[in-house]
Amino acid sequence: MAETPKLALDHVAKRFGSNQVLRDVTLSVAPGESLAIIGGSGSGKSVMLKCILGLVEPDAGTIRVDGEDMTAMRAADRERIRTKFGMLFQGGALFDSLPVWRNVTFSLTQGRMLRKREMRDIARENLERVNLGGDVLDLYPAELSGGMQKRVALARAIAPRPEIIFFDEPTTGLDPIRASVINDLIVELVEDLGVTAVTITHDMKSARRVAHRVAMLYEGEIIWTGPVDTLEDCGNPHVERFVKGVAQPAE
Amino acid sequence: MSESGTQNTVVTALAAIGRPVVNGFAGVGSAAIFAGRTIRRGLTPPYYPTRLIEQFFQIGWLSIPVVALTAIFTGAALAQQIYTGGSRFNAQSTVPAVVVIGMVRELGPVLTGLMVAGRVSSAMAAELGTMRVTEQIDAMRTLRTDPYRYLIAPRLFAAIIAMPLLVCLANILGIFGGYLLSTAKLGFNPANYLSMTADILEADDIVMSLVKAAVFGFFIALSGCYAGLSASGGAAGVGRATTNAVVAAFVTILAANLVLTVAAFG
Ligand SMILES: Nc1ncnc2c1ncn2[C@@H]1O[C@H](COP(=O)(O)OP(=O)(O)OP(=O)(O)O)[C@@H](O)[C@H]1O
Ligand SMILES: [Mg+2]
Repeated sequence: MAETPKLALDHVAKRFGSNQVLRDVTLSVAPGESLAIIGGSGSGKSVMLKCILGLVEPDAGTIRVDGEDMTAMRAADRERIRTKFGMLFQGGALFDSLPVWRNVTFSLTQGRMLRKREMRDIARENLERVNLGGDVLDLYPAELSGGMQKRVALARAIAPRPEIIFFDEPTTGLDPIRASVINDLIVELVEDLGVTAVTITHDMKSARRVAHRVAMLYEGEIIWTGPVDTLEDCGNPHVERFVKGVAQPAE
Repeated sequence: MSESGTQNTVVTALAAIGRPVVNGFAGVGSAAIFAGRTIRRGLTPPYYPTRLIEQFFQIGWLSIPVVALTAIFTGAALAQQIYTGGSRFNAQSTVPAVVVIGMVRELGPVLTGLMVAGRVSSAMAAELGTMRVTEQIDAMRTLRTDPYRYLIAPRLFAAIIAMPLLVCLANILGIFGGYLLSTAKLGFNPANYLSMTADILEADDIVMSLVKAAVFGFFIALSGCYAGLSASGGAAGVGRATTNAVVAAFVTILAANLVLTVAAFG
């Protein structure tokens, strides 16, 4: 029997009012795998991750995490499953009322002021991994640049050592050097710590660097998935156009 | 106009009335579920005492100036009105009695409720609404922390505790305002005024005043938190949430006041 996938989506659908964002998403991710998701702006990539986390309720379909069906679960079990995840939100979503160090250690203290010295050390370690120095510990999110906010958010997502991490556009808004530090970090998390990673990205260079496999979301469905090195000539016209950045011919 | 045209007009008109009513009831239903969930989760661990104290400070302590001024001005104005009105049938001497009953049973809780609602419901809706639309609340849920326990329950409980204390203060200062005006301007004897006030006041009045206060505190926090958590659509959405919060708090306070007053004294 094949290994249980870490994550398995089966015929997931989600609609907001009349906007059918996800039609029929079927996708699975193996333990320790790094998957990149590509797709046009507004195609529902972020919504898909939020469905998996239970932040958005899917209309139909099942979502299994380590074989357990999230969609059929009680709230308490869902909270337990959710502790396996870490998520880097596209907009950072840092708590603007808390300084950086308390943001980074939020999941460890559940927002409480506990073991201050230890928490600051943990914050410093995690910030180091995203190439930020200890000088930002006491700053507030509003005092940081956009790229720094993104990296603090990344440090916050990895701090509790989750088994599965979602990165929603981790390198958008970063300069090429910072972006490559983040790419290296994702690779390191996957290769050294055995984390399962799902990365949404528009950056093909980053996808090639971090992912084993790529999936493309188009009109509410996963229309193609395959190893990252076959991305260029996969035979799917939508994927090839997207990867090469060619506009779709008018209908 | 044709018959079906008339019918359509009627249907459109009914729909225009019906839609907000149905939406209103749906809103009441989901706000009730929201309140139930907050209370259930807020009473089970993990607890956030620091958050509770913080909110108590925000809602209670920082509302003191506005509540105090409102109460003094209203108590004094009430004394003048009763005096002038009462003089039409030689009942000027009822000033102490009417001021104390009016303040403790009605104006103390209601005015404090409205003033605190204006300050607090809007601030809660703006803060939580901003957190909602910037995905901070979603992020919190992925960080092993329940926003109902961390954000909502402390606000709700702090408001329920703070409001009775503020209303006590408002009652005392309102009576004091009436006393000041009556003794300084209307020629009442200070000792007489106070003894008449004490004679008329009953324990039931005070209990009812504090019950009202706690209920209003509940609606103030519920309106602010519910509007904030249901905000969507950026800065404009947060603006709408803030307005909705204040309107909902005012309406629920006045409606609850009527229900409680009729139930207790009717
Ligand atoms: N909470 C919501 N309520 C209503 N509509 C929503 C909500 N969240 C997302 N949508 C809609 O779902 C669609 C997909 O949004 P999503 O954020 O998933 O896009 P995306 O693929 O992540 O795009 P991008 O690459 O620009 O981040 C959009 O049309 C958006 O308007
Ligand atoms: Mg997105």
